[in-house]
Amino acid sequence: MAELKSNLPQGTLDLLILKAVAFDPVHGYAIAQRLEQVSRGVVQVPEGSLYPALHRLENRGLLAADWKKTDTGREAKFYRLTRKGRKQLEAEAAGWQRLTEAIGLILGMADGGAQ
Amino acid sequence: MNWWSRLWRRKRMEEQLEKELRFHLDQHAGDLMEHGHSVAEAQREARLALGGPEQVKEKCRDARGTRWAEELIQDTRYALRSFRQRPGFVAVTLLVLALGIGATTVMFAVINSVLLKPLPFPEPDRIVVVHGFDEHFGEFWGFSYPDFLDVSHASRSLALAAWTYGGGTISAPGKPEYVDGRLISAELFATLGVVPECGRAFRRDEDRPGAAPVAMISYALWQRRFAGERSAVGKRLIYDGKTYVITGVAPAGFQLSGEADVFTPLGRSTDLRMQNRGARFIQVVARLARGITLTQAQAEVTLISRHLARQYPASNAGLSLRLHPLLQDVVKDVRGTLWLLLSAVGVVLLIACVNIAGLFLTRAISRERELAMRVALGAGRGRLVRQCITESGVLGLCGGLLGIFAAAVSVRPFITFWPHGLPRADEIHIDWRVLCFAAGVSVLCGLFFGLTPALRVPMHGLEQALRAGGRTISGRSQRMQAAFVVSEITLAFVLLIAAGMLVHTLLALSVLNPGFNAHNVLTGRFALSPKTLANPSAIRAAWQDVLDRARRLPGVEFAALADIIPMREGENVLMYRATPNPLPPYQEPFALASSVSPDYLKVMGIPLLEGRFFTEFDREGTAPVVVIDENLAQHAFGQRAVVGKRLWIPDMGPAPVQIVGVVGHVRHWGLAGDDQSRVHDQMYYPFAQVPVPLLHFFSSVMSITLRTRTSPLSIVEPLQRELRGASGDQALYEVRSMERLVSASLDQQRFLSLLFGIFAALALLLACVGLYGVIAYLTAQRTSEFGVRMAIGASVRDIMRLVLWHSLKMAIAGVAAGIVAALAAGRMLQHVVEGMRPVNVETVAVMIALLMTSALLASFVPARRASLIDPATTLRQE
Repeated sequence: MAELKSNLPQGTLDLLILKAVAFDPVHGYAIAQRLEQVSRGVVQVPEGSLYPALHRLENRGLLAADWKKTDTGREAKFYRLTRKGRKQLEAEAAGWQRLTEAIGLILGMADGGAQ
Repeated sequence: MNWWSRLWRRKRMEEQLEKELRFHLDQHAGDLMEHGHSVAEAQREARLALGGPEQVKEKCRDARGTRWAEELIQDTRYALRSFRQRPGFVAVTLLVLALGIGATTVMFAVINSVLLKPLPFPEPDRIVVVHGFDEHFGEFWGFSYPDFLDVSHASRSLALAAWTYGGGTISAPGKPEYVDGRLISAELFATLGVVPECGRAFRRDEDRPGAAPVAMISYALWQRRFAGERSAVGKRLIYDGKTYVITGVAPAGFQLSGEADVFTPLGRSTDLRMQNRGARFIQVVARLARGITLTQAQAEVTLISRHLARQYPASNAGLSLRLHPLLQDVVKDVRGTLWLLLSAVGVVLLIACVNIAGLFLTRAISRERELAMRVALGAGRGRLVRQCITESGVLGLCGGLLGIFAAAVSVRPFITFWPHGLPRADEIHIDWRVLCFAAGVSVLCGLFFGLTPALRVPMHGLEQALRAGGRTISGRSQRMQAAFVVSEITLAFVLLIAAGMLVHTLLALSVLNPGFNAHNVLTGRFALSPKTLANPSAIRAAWQDVLDRARRLPGVEFAALADIIPMREGENVLMYRATPNPLPPYQEPFALASSVSPDYLKVMGIPLLEGRFFTEFDREGTAPVVVIDENLAQHAFGQRAVVGKRLWIPDMGPAPVQIVGVVGHVRHWGLAGDDQSRVHDQMYYPFAQVPVPLLHFFSSVMSITLRTRTSPLSIVEPLQRELRGASGDQALYEVRSMERLVSASLDQQRFLSLLFGIFAALALLLACVGLYGVIAYLTAQRTSEFGVRMAIGASVRDIMRLVLWHSLKMAIAGVAAGIVAALAAGRMLQHVVEGMRPVNVETVAVMIALLMTSALLASFVPARRASLIDPATTLRQE
């Protein structure tokens, strides 16, 4: 299983966090869970970096946080996307999309060249 | 949340962080337990996944962006805690800093308001003064009225306005009072851009001969006599015996070379000099036209003056005009002194800072081990440097705050101390520029004495520092401490030389003979009753009556009249020659001419060297006579025996006047200024021979002088009562004892000697404290070395000599380094201070001796302590 996991490229953690909180307010542990589940275990969030990243995004005004009760009745810090955060997410996601396509093309071309 | 509120709610944020991470761990552990892990195993697993909670927290704190501020608070707290451990050190440092920064701030506040801030007029940099300039005599302020009209008419680049001094008795409304006045041209207020408080300034048609008499009054007079009522405009004012209609009130604080209460139009003055192109008694200010530079305007007036010189060669040949910005003209007498004092104060502050830096350095050396330990434990170098600087910065800022407080309290008293009044004194305030200056200086001071210890934070050779720290010191830091002390001594030496020269000058000047006997002499300007001024014979009778009444007062020995008084403002300089034929232009000699009554010589105690002085028989109608001083006799005839010879004085008419006596020279221009003055020759002529047309003018400038048997100031009141006159409207004003005038002529020198004396004493004290500190520290470091020396046979005296020689070497180095700067400071003083003597060997020798003695005294205690070491004890400690 270990070899199936990928290292997160630099700077992508912020993008993934933004995406993970885009649907509904969610707490830190759930963000980690969500990312892991959605990527089918390929992406494993380094939990030590998750909270500093959350705090950084909150300071930059991309995320907002409220203390709310969970289903189990405990208080947790729920993060949600701000308007500024949504814009950032769209811009970064589009950028990422373009980049991966471009990289895919380049890699495809290399195969074509060998034929 | 901005960073400030994040910083403010630090504690709550810490709690929330803890709660958030705990929730994460519990949640994770809960999930793991659902998958069948045991409680302990799940908790362990969860913690491993998250990583060290403290590290995560630290990273989260970094993410907050308030790190630097938190550390600043931490460092400040640490600094305050460490100050509390050393209250003595902190108190002394703060006191020294507060004094240094306070004094510097006071000087800067004065310079800021007097020299740097623009004058309180609209577009003040466009206002200029116009001076006459003569190739032979240099620059002078005077203008003649015909020249003013011509230049004013011809100039396109300047709007000119003229004024001159006046004054008279106001007899109604209210009781009679002599006031200063100014005669002004109609354009003056508009040129300066000054708007009257109420009413209006003069119109052009009121500023010409024969116009109806109108006057403006000062704000102070308006308050005093009209209770500040607007209805004052249009009321009558009886001034100098004539009735004027008040057109307006000048704004509060309006000055023309000093305060005046009544302004009248210059153009309708009946003064005979108004028609005389050679009578230069008018001052001219002007405003540059829009888009015209000073250079362009200067070029234009140069052309105009050349034209006038061609047209009126008798009066204007060789005469040109010079323009200067008004501000420069207003402050030219104090500019040098102010900068000089600021630099002196700055030097004291610098010494104080070096001193404190030395103390900080000593402490840093003893803390070297602590710092090395912290670096070894992982503290960043930047963090430690910041901490050192925070500590000194906090001290600097506290000192600065105290300094600003001290400056705010002392700036007013300082200004009143200024001899002969500081121009623009009422504009001096502590404003934001001064506050910025003080804050900047405090921060610089803080950085200055924090930087040296901060740069000593060890980076390499930690092991060595840890092992040796605090016990042995490197040659580098020893040299550094010595350099600090040497530079303190250098700066102190410069101030000592300056103070020594000033005191030397003051002593040399104060033993000069003024040329008269100032003891028990009273002088005062006097205004006759305006009623008598219309009639020449009434004027003469009135003056005679004044003299007779004064002489009859108990305590009065002699009484005399004089138009100019030695060492007081006011002068009359006349051209003379010893032959009937005119000399080539610019070679005519000038003499100070004084119109006096016969007893003047006895009142002043001026020695009669040859011939006689005036008597009652030298009066109108008899042969005109003069008495000259020894300088004029020597200059004109090359000898003293000149009684019976004649002088030609164009201003007194074409006929020669006869010399009847020679008297001693009087230092008219002050004890300090007389030797450098341009006019060295003096002459006296009888007031009784002043021609009738000039009598009215002369009466407005005459003073009375009295020789008394008792203290002269004790008879001022009976004198005033006695001389009030039949109608009670005669006034005695500007009453001074001659002793006060003589002493006032050295006020600047005395003031600077006192200030520099204080600065030099402070500097010497600080340098000695610094020297003591370093010597004490170094000898303490060398205890074991001295122990060894004594063990192998050095005597107590040897050790003492060793230590004293060490301190003397630093003093000598300081003097050697300072001698050039001290000579330069002496040059500067000679430019600024009137009568300043050049640097002399005696002063330098005395100051070097003083410095060396102080250095030896300062190091005596440490030397003694070093010599009392018990070699056995110190060697055992090793």
